[in-house]
Amino acid sequence: MELTVLGQDASEQAGGCSSGSCGSSGDQMSHLPDEIRKKVENHPCYSEEAHHHFARMHVAVAPACNIQCHYCNRKYDCANESRPGVVSELLNPDQAVKKVMAVAANIPQMTVLGIAGPGDPLANPERTFDTFQQLTEKAPDIKLCVSTNGLALPAQVEELSKHNIDHVTITINCVDPEIGAKIYPWVFWNNRRIKGKKGAKILIRQQQKGLEMLVAKGILVKVNSVMIPGVNDEHLKEVSRVVKEKGAFLHNVMPLIAEAEHGTFYGVMGQRGPTHDELQVLQDDCSGDMNMMRHCRQCRADAVGLLGEDRGDEFTMDKIEDMDIDYEAAMVARAEVHAQIEKEREAKRNAPSQAFVALADLQQSGKKTRPVLMAVATSGGGVVNQHFGHATEFLIYEASPEDVRFISHRKVELYCSGGDTCGDAETALQKNIRTLEGCEAVLCSKIGYEPWGLLEEAGIQPNGEHAMEPIEDAVAAVYKEMADGGLLDEPRQVVAATA
Amino acid sequence: MAYSIIETCVNCWACEPLCPSKAIFEDRPHFRIDAKKCTECEGEFADPQCASICPIEGAILNGLAENANPPGSLTGIPPERMQAAMAEIQAR
Ligand code: SF4
Ligand code: SF4
Repeated sequence: MELTVLGQDASEQAGGCSSGSCGSSGDQMSHLPDEIRKKVENHPCYSEEAHHHFARMHVAVAPACNIQCHYCNRKYDCANESRPGVVSELLNPDQAVKKVMAVAANIPQMTVLGIAGPGDPLANPERTFDTFQQLTEKAPDIKLCVSTNGLALPAQVEELSKHNIDHVTITINCVDPEIGAKIYPWVFWNNRRIKGKKGAKILIRQQQKGLEMLVAKGILVKVNSVMIPGVNDEHLKEVSRVVKEKGAFLHNVMPLIAEAEHGTFYGVMGQRGPTHDELQVLQDDCSGDMNMMRHCRQCRADAVGLLGEDRGDEFTMDKIEDMDIDYEAAMVARAEVHAQIEKEREAKRNAPSQAFVALADLQQSGKKTRPVLMAVATSGGGVVNQHFGHATEFLIYEASPEDVRFISHRKVELYCSGGDTCGDAETALQKNIRTLEGCEAVLCSKIGYEPWGLLEEAGIQPNGEHAMEPIEDAVAAVYKEMADGGLLDEPRQVVAATA
Repeated sequence: MAYSIIETCVNCWACEPLCPSKAIFEDRPHFRIDAKKCTECEGEFADPQCASICPIEGAILNGLAENANPPGSLTGIPPERMQAAMAEIQAR
């Protein structure tokens, strides 16, 4: 990755998320053609920078599915659960439209509506397209997107293109039926349940065909893959290559989440998920090949609010029934808020960053310092602004002399808040600290004594000195302190055994 | 003879639009099949449609009141493994 010199070439970077909040020379958007970049620029799921400012929501209107995946249990529906595809409130299209408009009127930052489940949206075409149709008419300022396993995709591309849906996500875990048979036990195709390799072959064919057809229609395609160690981990590099060749604009590799209590095949059979390190290595391998997306938080399918922050409870159907929404007025207010956000983003983009200049100096000094991972507690806005104890997830950044780049999210307390019902006796705090394994510093607005001590013991330096500063600047500043202190000349001393 | 849906149904809607006889209907606490209308898909499809898409083992019984999708047949999880895992979770 090359060195970013901020403000040097404004014309080339104009409109992109070239600096400031994104802060990364590995800007994911820079390789994209202008019209595609425009489409994804404000999409919180696709743009690293936009998710600090804009929000998305999903509505659960699509219950039926046409395949079975080994990481999914169709029986599971628990309020403690926040894996993708798991929701508690099934809505009909009219209810969904009402909910979306209520949320849009109350949370102007909400710019994207997705249908992702709990089944497969394209296996429920009437419900899915009825929802899209109504929203296109009633709330034209909301972007629409849809996720699918791809089986029914070729048959629905024409219909999708009518609804002006410019984002489609296909979950593609393999391009080889042998591997597919280990992930998909069956598909329902041409009125029959087809098991094993034969079924996987049909699914793969449909996914690839659907991808090609969408690209040919000029519809943006993102590909999601679930990384399953020992099953498709190596193979995903091939998947990345193939989908890129066919024109997918982003490839998002997510970790398998498997616990016996989920009742999934992988959970019960003891298939493990990848470690943070394994995931990161694969994401790096694939990014050499293609633009990767790292900030997917595998959000709950009916989550409402800024990414990672679930405000669903404020908008349950009974509460929405009582709301009186004047959407015409709401649209005006929304447009104002969006303009204000745009102004702030623009200002951030143009503001020269002290930290980067400092990093450039560092590099010029010829001193070779190693890269460092840092965890950041933030509740949004692109700044360090959250108390360590309030964080439900940490953003992981990698700092090096060349660059500060966003790597991933790590949820703490993962998806289960059930305490003793799900998991061992380890305290939440110890668990959270273990989640930060590999990081050498954690940046937050404040932190208590107990976690401070435990973090230090684990070799992670707590840092509350950069509260309210832009994340990348704060990370760069901490990196510089560490480098100046001579902490980074040697490879890291491993404190705890790493996985 | 007719297929039937029992209480393990999770109301996922997958079967309802597929039935050639319009025998399946939404109901509480779960979907049901009108036994008078169900033709077991005779003359329409090689396999009974509801039982071929239903993702839940044990939710649908065939005309002989047998489980159309026995334990392990859809998820691939051997029933003993499932029992052992559940027992282990209970014990915690
Ligand atoms: S067996 Fe066929 S006819 Fe009978 S309920 Fe199922 S789908 Fe309908
Ligand atoms: S497919 Fe099975 S689980 Fe779904 S509604 Fe029909 S009977 Fe119930």
